[in-house]
Amino acid sequence: MSAPAIRLAGLKKSFGASEIIRGVDLDIQPGERHAIIGPNGAGKSTLFHLISARLPVSEGAIELKGENVVGLKPFEINRKGLSRSFQITNIFHNLSVFENLRCAVLWSLGYRYSFWQRLAGLADARLRAEAVMEDIGLARRRDTPAGILSYAEQRALEIGITIASGADVILLDEPTAGMSNNETEEAVALIRRVTEGKTLVMVEHDMGVVFGLADRISVLVYGRIIATDVPAAIRCNAAVQEAYLGTSLNHD
Amino acid sequence: MEFVVMSMLNGITYGLLLFMLSSGLTLIFSMMGILNFAHASFYMLGAYFAYQISTWTGFWPGLLVAPLLVGAVGALVERYGLRRAHKFGHVAELLFTFGLAFLIEEVVHLVWGKVAVDYRIPLELDGTLFSLFETDFPIYKGFMMLVSVGMLLALYALLTRTRIGLIIQAALTKPEMVEALGHNVPRIFMLVFGGGTALAGLAGVIGGNAFVTEPGMAAAVGSIVFVVVVVGGLGSLAGAFVASLLIGCIQSFSIALSISITDVFALVGIALPEGSQVARLTITQLAPILPYLLMVAILVFRPRGLMGSRES
Amino acid sequence: MGRGPGGGLMTDMVFRRGRLLLWGGCLAAALALPLVFKGGFVISLLCQMGIMVVFALSYNMLLGQTGLLSFGHAVYYGLGAFVSMHVLNLLGKDGGPLAVALLPLAGGLAGLLAGVVLGYVTTKKAGTTFAMISLGIGELVAACALMFPGFFGGEGGVSGNRVVGKDNLLGFTWGPQIEMYWLIVAWAFLATVAMFALTQTPLGRMANAVRDNPERAEFVGYDTQRVRYLMLILSGFFAGIAGGLTALNYEIVTSETLNAHTSGVVLLMTFVGGIGLFYGPVIGAILISVMQIVIGGMTHAWLLYFGLFFLFMVLMAPGGIASVLAMQRTLWQARLLGRMLPHYLATAIPLLVLLAGLVGLVELAYALLAGEGATAGDAASRVLGMDLYLRSPVPWAAALAVSAAGAAGLYWIGGRMKKAWHQTLSTLQGDKA
Repeated sequence: MSAPAIRLAGLKKSFGASEIIRGVDLDIQPGERHAIIGPNGAGKSTLFHLISARLPVSEGAIELKGENVVGLKPFEINRKGLSRSFQITNIFHNLSVFENLRCAVLWSLGYRYSFWQRLAGLADARLRAEAVMEDIGLARRRDTPAGILSYAEQRALEIGITIASGADVILLDEPTAGMSNNETEEAVALIRRVTEGKTLVMVEHDMGVVFGLADRISVLVYGRIIATDVPAAIRCNAAVQEAYLGTSLNHD
Repeated sequence: MEFVVMSMLNGITYGLLLFMLSSGLTLIFSMMGILNFAHASFYMLGAYFAYQISTWTGFWPGLLVAPLLVGAVGALVERYGLRRAHKFGHVAELLFTFGLAFLIEEVVHLVWGKVAVDYRIPLELDGTLFSLFETDFPIYKGFMMLVSVGMLLALYALLTRTRIGLIIQAALTKPEMVEALGHNVPRIFMLVFGGGTALAGLAGVIGGNAFVTEPGMAAAVGSIVFVVVVVGGLGSLAGAFVASLLIGCIQSFSIALSISITDVFALVGIALPEGSQVARLTITQLAPILPYLLMVAILVFRPRGLMGSRES
Repeated sequence: MGRGPGGGLMTDMVFRRGRLLLWGGCLAAALALPLVFKGGFVISLLCQMGIMVVFALSYNMLLGQTGLLSFGHAVYYGLGAFVSMHVLNLLGKDGGPLAVALLPLAGGLAGLLAGVVLGYVTTKKAGTTFAMISLGIGELVAACALMFPGFFGGEGGVSGNRVVGKDNLLGFTWGPQIEMYWLIVAWAFLATVAMFALTQTPLGRMANAVRDNPERAEFVGYDTQRVRYLMLILSGFFAGIAGGLTALNYEIVTSETLNAHTSGVVLLMTFVGGIGLFYGPVIGAILISVMQIVIGGMTHAWLLYFGLFFLFMVLMAPGGIASVLAMQRTLWQARLLGRMLPHYLATAIPLLVLLAGLVGLVELAYALLAGEGATAGDAASRVLGMDLYLRSPVPWAAALAVSAAGAAGLYWIGGRMKKAWHQTLSTLQGDKA
């Protein structure tokens, strides 16, 4: 069996005296769709920040496809095939939708810091950006500056930027936060489509989304994972029920 | 020995003056996220205001009135200029203060002319405080120290003993929290900006006559104050204090050292080849660039600054 | 161009043909100008403009394109100028007009090298810290310039002669000012094309990305520090070319070229022209150069007016002149400009009245204070072409009254314009949606 896509071992993170992540162990297999749920303040976003190197790790190990990545910079981890989205939309506001996506594919196509090639002449970058634009349904907004898109469109673009580089490990941080029911349905279909065959880890509050998408679910409570299992088992898990203090996990 | 003590005293005097500027700059930066490029211009205004007042009523009223006037100008600038620029983001704010520095210098040209004005130390403070191994220490330097330390203690009391001080302290560490607590943030900003510029004005009142009051004084001090803030760590008051004293002492020691780089290397047993222009420079000649070299060294080896906690 | 390629209003083909026409037109205009204005004064001004266009565009590679506000850009310009001058003097009799024509390249390489060394320190940080560090590095280099008179020539600077040898290059010896102008136009055009081309490359686009959102740029695989560093090096190269042109044009380089004042001027020019569009700095460089010569020749208070103008732009039109023009073009294309024009004209009247009043006050104050000391007010002084007694309250009251009338009018008419402006804007956005 190949190495897990992501392996966390004894992962800890403290801010000053307060420990937010208190020893997390987790293996996520290649091709798995994995959701992390938990009450507010459990440390879900912090966990993502650690994996993607936005925050430095206090203690423990993170392996990406069998390789230790603790201490690497965000761009180095990205180059190893891990890409992430943000809970608060994080796009290039003054650039058009097309330019946002083209920026996202340049490195993976090997154009690096080139200042001797014309962008307009890079057919592969254009085609890939256009394909993603088609995928996320923003083709008709091609030349619109990202800053003036609607909220749902910006969220779609956020996912588009995340997957555009072709990374095989995708981290999505609350991809449907703040969306209406219709928009959420579309977003779920989109996520399902674009992460086909990839490893997906997502933090999500909407239980409909979680149970609809995930192969396995981890429940994070106060910096510890109290359960990792298939959705049906999580639904019946007593400890999880307790952590959510009686909230039904069947609907939101 | 005499040399060390005297240079140390001079360095501390200058360092305390720098801290009066860098503390205001740091407070404004920490609270509002604005790097006030015109901060040293308010220092200059303080000196010129004090000069003008001293021609009418003598030195002492100016000591009180000039900083207040400067603070009022600062508060007005915040209210009617910065607050508007704030809407366009940090670059616009920085550019606004840059333009302001430019404008203040021109206004000073217009009102007081392009050459230095005759702003003098008051007679009662002119003289020798004490002599140490035949070197005199002037009364006025002692007075500068007194005012600086007094200001420092007052600032400390204000920050730790009053309500507004506690809010400011809170804002130093958690800027977004203060707003959430429902304080009238715009008014606190105006107060902090006015207070910070008043401090700069006070530094100008006591520094203008110790050094020289001329239109170039803002640019000369301004860049040094920025170095202090970078070296100390952006947003750290303690860092600004240490860096102010450090740079004050570096300046006073280097000005007094007339040995050349060749001599320095000779001291540690390395003979430099003759004739190179660099090797013949004396430490005194190097004095103007030492603070900047220190800044570069800090940036390379400790980018957060001496005591900075924020990565920017 | 610039901020976001593909404004989306024209198809690519029309866009490209329009762009070629525009570039050709600008080059033709630059070449034709000295045929229209024949005076030596105008030629000198045009030379200065050409140099400043390159300098300002190189500055905007940092500020507009990468989001780096530098207070020390003159370092690269000045070092380019000094190195060019020394190379020129080294060439001596062995050189010829061809070598002289290529000299700005030496300046460019010097600027590039300075960027490699200094940029390594400055670009470690972005934002406010970068601004402060660039200032510190600028001061460091400026102080060094005074410390090493061997290279920087001390107070007097370094001078040279751009006419080298007895040959000519296609008839050019570069001696006459007009020949120097052709050389400047050639270099300025090449440099501008190159800088524009750079905005259309992967690095140029990623610089925009780093400007907009450095965090996101890191998460699509880019080292933002490296992007900033490379942009600074390239920007240093073009600033160095501008420096080389200055050395040739004035045949003297002083430490003034690399001090904080020069850094400030290029910042002001670039910003006033507009940092959001590629051609903004061109407008700024041309406008400020002209104003400097024309208004600077009329009044000692020129820098004061300039400072006020700059603050006005920061507060009222942070996108600079270029963005104001671009907005009018958008309105025109949406057939809405006609609606705003009467308002513009109406607002211009009180604005001009206010301006006249303020200028009057400043000039009176200037005449009184910067005049011949205490006696200045006793005799009639010439202010704005009028003989006035400065001690009399009449001229002051008149200037004050004019200002007040202008301000009141502006408040009233300006308010109406603002309303019309918002209506027009919402119509425009309604059209787009």
